[in-house]
Order: sequence, then C-alpha cells, then structure tokens
Amino acid sequence: MKFTGGFGFSRRGVLAAVMASAALAACGETPSEGEGTIVAASLGGEVEKPNLKFGFIKLTDMAPLAIAKEKGYFAEEGLNVTLEPQANWKVLLDGVIGGQLDGAHMLAGQPLAATIGYGTKADLIAPLSLDLNGNAITLSNKVWDMIKADLPKGEDGKPIHPISAEVLKPVVESFESQGKPFNMGMVFPVSTHNYELRYWLAAGGLKPGYYSDGDVQGVIDADVKLSVTPPPQLPATLEAGTIEGYCVGEPWNQAAVFKKIGVPVITDDQIWNDNPEKVFGLREDFAEKYPATTAAMLRAIIKAQQWLDADGGANRKEAVEILSRPNYVGADAEVIAASMTGVFTFEPGDTREAEGFNIFFDKFAGYPYYSAAIWYLTQMRRWGQIADDKDDQWYFDTAKAVYRPDLYLAAANKLVEDGVIPAESVPETDGYRGEQSGFIDGITYDGSKPNDYLAKFPIGLKAGQSVTAAGVSSE
Amino acid sequence: MMATAFADTDPTETAPASVSAVASDPSATAASKAISQDEPEASPRLLMFRSVLSGLIWPITGIVAFLGLWAVLAPQVDTSLGTLPGPAEVTEAGFGLYEEFSAAKDAEAAFYAQQDANNAAAIAAGTPERVRDFTYAGPPTFLDQIITSLETVALGFFLATIFAVPIGLMAGLSTRFNAAINPLVQIMKPVSPLAWLPIVTMVISAMITSADPLLPKAFVISALVVMLCSLWPTLINTAVGTSSIDKDLLNVGKVLRLGWFDKLTKLVLPASLPYIFTGMRLSLGVGWMVLIAAEMLAQNPGLGKFVWDEFQNGSSQSLSRIMFAVIVIGLIGFLLDRGMMALQTLVSKNRTV
Repeated sequence: MKFTGGFGFSRRGVLAAVMASAALAACGETPSEGEGTIVAASLGGEVEKPNLKFGFIKLTDMAPLAIAKEKGYFAEEGLNVTLEPQANWKVLLDGVIGGQLDGAHMLAGQPLAATIGYGTKADLIAPLSLDLNGNAITLSNKVWDMIKADLPKGEDGKPIHPISAEVLKPVVESFESQGKPFNMGMVFPVSTHNYELRYWLAAGGLKPGYYSDGDVQGVIDADVKLSVTPPPQLPATLEAGTIEGYCVGEPWNQAAVFKKIGVPVITDDQIWNDNPEKVFGLREDFAEKYPATTAAMLRAIIKAQQWLDADGGANRKEAVEILSRPNYVGADAEVIAASMTGVFTFEPGDTREAEGFNIFFDKFAGYPYYSAAIWYLTQMRRWGQIADDKDDQWYFDTAKAVYRPDLYLAAANKLVEDGVIPAESVPETDGYRGEQSGFIDGITYDGSKPNDYLAKFPIGLKAGQSVTAAGVSSE
Repeated sequence: MMATAFADTDPTETAPASVSAVASDPSATAASKAISQDEPEASPRLLMFRSVLSGLIWPITGIVAFLGLWAVLAPQVDTSLGTLPGPAEVTEAGFGLYEEFSAAKDAEAAFYAQQDANNAAAIAAGTPERVRDFTYAGPPTFLDQIITSLETVALGFFLATIFAVPIGLMAGLSTRFNAAINPLVQIMKPVSPLAWLPIVTMVISAMITSADPLLPKAFVISALVVMLCSLWPTLINTAVGTSSIDKDLLNVGKVLRLGWFDKLTKLVLPASLPYIFTGMRLSLGVGWMVLIAAEMLAQNPGLGKFVWDEFQNGSSQSLSRIMFAVIVIGLIGFLLDRGMMALQTLVSKNRTV
C-alpha cells in the first residue's frame, strides 16, 4: 500500500494523503520513498526527551506500561517515565492532545476518531497495539435472574457459551411494556466496548441505536439504550440501578462478581475471537520530533509485553501483584487475578478456562494491523458516527495515517537484532490479516473490503443510508 | 454580612489557641470563680488546671461519643466493598499510608543511589554522555498530595484576594460601581466549581501551549477554579466594610484635604481591614472545600485526586483510605481557618480606628 494520489478519493482521503505527505516532507525526505524507511532511519540515536509522562485508565490491559516501568524496561532504554491514572477516557485524550501526557494507554477508536475529527480533532497515531481481548459484558443480578432459566444448559448444568443476546429480547420487551427503557453502560463513544456491546446486541437481533450528525448519545431507534460511564464507576452505576448491564475491560467485570452485584455473560473473545483491544497512542508531531524517544518507548513496551506472556503466563502472578498497587489498577489482587491468570469467572461457581482472555505478546498482539483499524472504522460507519458513505480507499488511507506498523517494526526489528525477542514474533504482513472468522454471528471480515463487510450486517447502516433524529433514512 | 453557622461572631472575643480561648470563655471563668469561692486555699495553678480541664471535658466527651457511635454503627452499613470501616480500620489505613510513604522514600533514595552509581561508572568508563540526571518518577505519596493541595489552594486564594480586595474597595466607595457589579456578583457567587471546570480547562489548555510549562496545566486549572469560587466572600465583605465607614471619618478626611491615596491608606483600609479579613477567612474555607472537587476532575495530583483514585480502585482498602483522607482534609481545613482567625484577631486589635 502506497500513498499515491488517485482519482475517486473522497475529500477526507485527499486531505489525509496531503497531510501525510506533508509530514513526510517535514522529515526531510522525498515522499516517493515510502514512509517506513524514513522514520526507521532516524530511530537509532540518543533519546531526545528522556523525561516522559504517560496516562492510563485503571484497567488490567494497561499492564505493559506498569510492567515496563516496574521491571525497569523503560530505564533500560534511558527513559524516566511517570505513569499517571486518568479520571476517564475524555480527560486522558485531552491530556495527550494538550501535551500534558506524552503518550497513553488508549482505546483503539480514540486516535482514529481524533484523526477523522469525530470528537476532538487532533493528529494522533497508534504505533503499537497493547493487547488482544480482555473485555466482557456483565448483566445485573435482576436481569440475570430473568434470563437464567431460559438459557440452554450443557451436561454439567451450566449455560452453554457463547450466550446470545437473543435471550435478552423478552427482558427488553417486558421493560418496554412497563414503560421503562433498558439501559446499558459502556466506557466511551468510540470505545471497543461500545462496538462489542453493539455487535453482541445486534447479533442477537436487538437494535443498539444509531448516532446522527448532531446526536452523540447514539440512541436513535434503539431497543437498548447505551450510555457512557468511566470504567471504574461502572460497577457502582450498575449497583445504583441506573443501568442493567455493561461492557468493560477487567477487572470491572470480576469486580461485579466479587461484589455480587452482577454476572458476566460473555467475553469479547467469544464475540470476536482474538479481537484487537487497546493501543498505545501519542501525537503524530511527538513521534516526528522525537523519533529515537518513540522507538525507545516502543522497545520498552514490547519487552514488557513479552514478559507478560512469557513461559505460558508464568509471570502473571507477579503482574497481578504489581497491578493491584493503589497507584496502578488498585483493585484487590484476587479480583485482578480472576481474569489475568488463564481463567474467567462468570456466575459465582462457574469459573472457566480462558487462556486467551488477555494476550499481550503472542499471536502478534503488539502489531498494529491496518485491518484492525479498518474494523473500528467500519463499526463507526455501521452505527452512524461516520455520517456518510466512504469508499474503500478512504478506509485504507485513514488506517494508514493512524496505525503505524513502520514505527512498530523499527522497534521490534531492533529487538530481534539484539536477540531480545524471537524473529518469529514479528509478523511478515502487508498490514491486512486477510479473511477473519471467529465472530459470534458467523459473519466473516476482510479488512481489504470494508464496504462489502458493511453490507453483510442485518442491523446497521447500509450504503446510501443516513441517520436523522427521526431515524434511518435511505437516499 | 456573610456568616457561617459555626463562625465565631465576634473575632475580638476569641483567641487562637484553645487554652486561652477557654480562659476567656465567660462560663469557664464563672466556673473557676465558683470553685475559688468554695475552696479559698486552692493555689492559682490548680485553678487554672481545673478550668482547662472543665473546658476540655465536653469537647472530649463529644469526640469520644462520636467515635463510639461510629465504631458501633459503621459495621451495620454493608457496601459492595464490605462493611463501612470503623475508627480502628481508618487508623490502620493511616498507618498503612505512612508505611507507603516511607517505602516510597526508600525507593526514591535507592533510585538516586543507583543513578549516582551508574553515573560514577559511566564517568570512570570514559562515557560521560551516559550520565543521567533524572528526578525520581515514582507515584506521589499521600504527603506529596497534601502539599500539592496546599500549594494549589494557596495560589487560588492569593489570586482571589488580589482580585477581590481592589474590586471590593471600589464597590464600597462608589455606590454606582457597586450597583453595576452587584447583579454579576450575585449570579456568579453560587456557581459550583464543577461548572467552572470545563470552561477553565478549555481556556487554560488553549492558553498554555508550551510543551514544558512553568506550572503544570492541571495545577493552574485547579487553582483558577479555587479562585473563581472563593473570591466572592472577600469581595462582598470588603465592599460592606468599606461602605460602612463612619461618615464623620470621611468628613474629617475632607477637612484635612486628604488625597484619594491618603484617604485609602489612612482611612478606608484601616477601617475595613477587619471586614476584609473576615471575608478572606470565609474565602479560604470555601477555597479548601472546592479544591477537592476541582482536583478530582482536573487530575491535579492532590488530595482530591487521591480520593477519586481510591474510589476508582474499589479495593477492600479503599473506603478506609478515603475516610482517612476525609479526616485529614477536615483537619487541614480547621487549621487553615484557625490560622486565618489568628490573623484576623491580630489585625482587628492593632487597627482600631
């Protein structure tokens, strides 16, 4: 994939291409050389900005950052890093855009949305993916009691997984008949959790609501109304009865189990097997101004990711202890351990093997695939956050402007060279994973055909459709 | 005049230290008189001891009763994080925080020792470019957070005072100016810090663009929110104090043909100082209160952020740590108030017109 200007570009596509070539020109090289080589060339040298501050949200998938600090990987690379917990995703995003934070544990949708100007507009990049999977959907005890009896059971008397959102249909209807809305929570409008919760609901035939140009609530034509709450407050919000369920990362599903206020029903691994999760995000101009610093921080994080997955998870126990400190995730160690050590507890007493619940390094977890970025963009279009149709090229260009495998590869290849990570842990790829299955509704995804993919969904915007306050309208 | 329910109504009556407060308390004096009549042979030292004792007995009873009720009732409240912690757990949390503090200090010392050793080795190896001079980047301790909070409220309070006093003086001296700003003051006064915060955040983020600003943005944002919420009592009290100057004094000033500056420094300021300080004392109280809310949302690493982070942690320790922070917040607020009160007394005593 190269940035060659072409006909049939949408306006935004052209803009992205122009901006990218301007960025390349700023590096003092000719744009025709392709972007990877340019940045990689300036990655060696001394760290330009050793004192760094990174933000994170109290979730177990910030682990690579905590481990890179506590195990001395940042220090090894000559970096003096402060890690600061942030109140919510909006504060974190503004911190990175405003420069208070040099980088952060981010939702994959955040750098994408910022770059295309949905929410705060800013040029952010994602040079590294932090992990695969790690989220789950939890329902309140009340709703669980309503659906429990109807669930198909296996021989051991436990519900057969994955649990489809279809079982919620009668519950939603009974809420409706009482004139009450059925509310669920997620953490941010462009969060993985929003798209996963919507995916699960839609796969079960429930409409999660559309966004329109002026409406950021996303509840137009909704059977289930979704609202935003910061992750650590979701259990308290569920307990308060404001919402009947939520989709969030760990440890906040296990927290509901421990507090006996809710029951996790499905993990995101069951919704989309090995789905890409958080990214490490930073400003594009930061990476341009401090290429050696960027490479150094990526190397430190990759080393931490390897440590987290080393020897079949032998280090996870120590990771749990580190994360349970009040300045990191801060939840009780047993709560964090409940999802980080290869198992996942659904109902109390129903603890199942979940080897792949948190993957930080294996399965090329750190590589920022363009196809992962495009999946998020397709979901933004599916639910109306992207108001009008975009051609395939727009998706490719946007993914390319934000996801930066060139930076990842420069850092990872250096580590391979130094013998720190094995060569086979770095993928040979053009950034597209090809045809991917493993979705709960059986629909396959191919990142190179975003518009074809959008046409496959029974619920979701189709080509030519747009959303107004009155609902979905076709041209 | 603004007055809080528990504010001492007459500042000249009350002295800062509790012992002397007891001595000047009319009921306590009466009690000691009664004692001296009954037992004429008691020495004055014993009398003083008794009066102090009788002055302290009720406050102590109150605190003990509160602790008892807390210890009995807390275990009855069952939250999703376990039962509400009682006094013992909260004290334990305080010791835990102290241990964390000393552990953090050890880690910091170890970090610097290691850095010095590395630097010495680098110089010995002839690679002086490898010498590092990093400041320790560990998490802020509870004490660091208290200090940040005090600094923030000090800056906010300072800004509020230098803004509110001149405007208050003008409003007091000119009824027209007073009439002009009065509606604005009345509307702005009740606005919550939470409403100011987004506005201040956006403005400050736009104004401070340097990558490495002199003061951290979050710090400035919190301080400005404190200022916006706490300047009103000072402003109003200054205006009231200035406008209630004895008209005879002003007439004397006219007779003496004092210039406006002399009038201000020789008549107006001395006469209104007790009012200004009463206002400042109320302002500081308000500032300390809103600071916690501002820090929670602005991510300024102070006590408010400590409380919010602990709430987000939701661990079994969180509630007792939050309660400990609440007690510390209350104690610091009390000490700030007493400090201002002492200042106020001093000013009122020396500047009677």
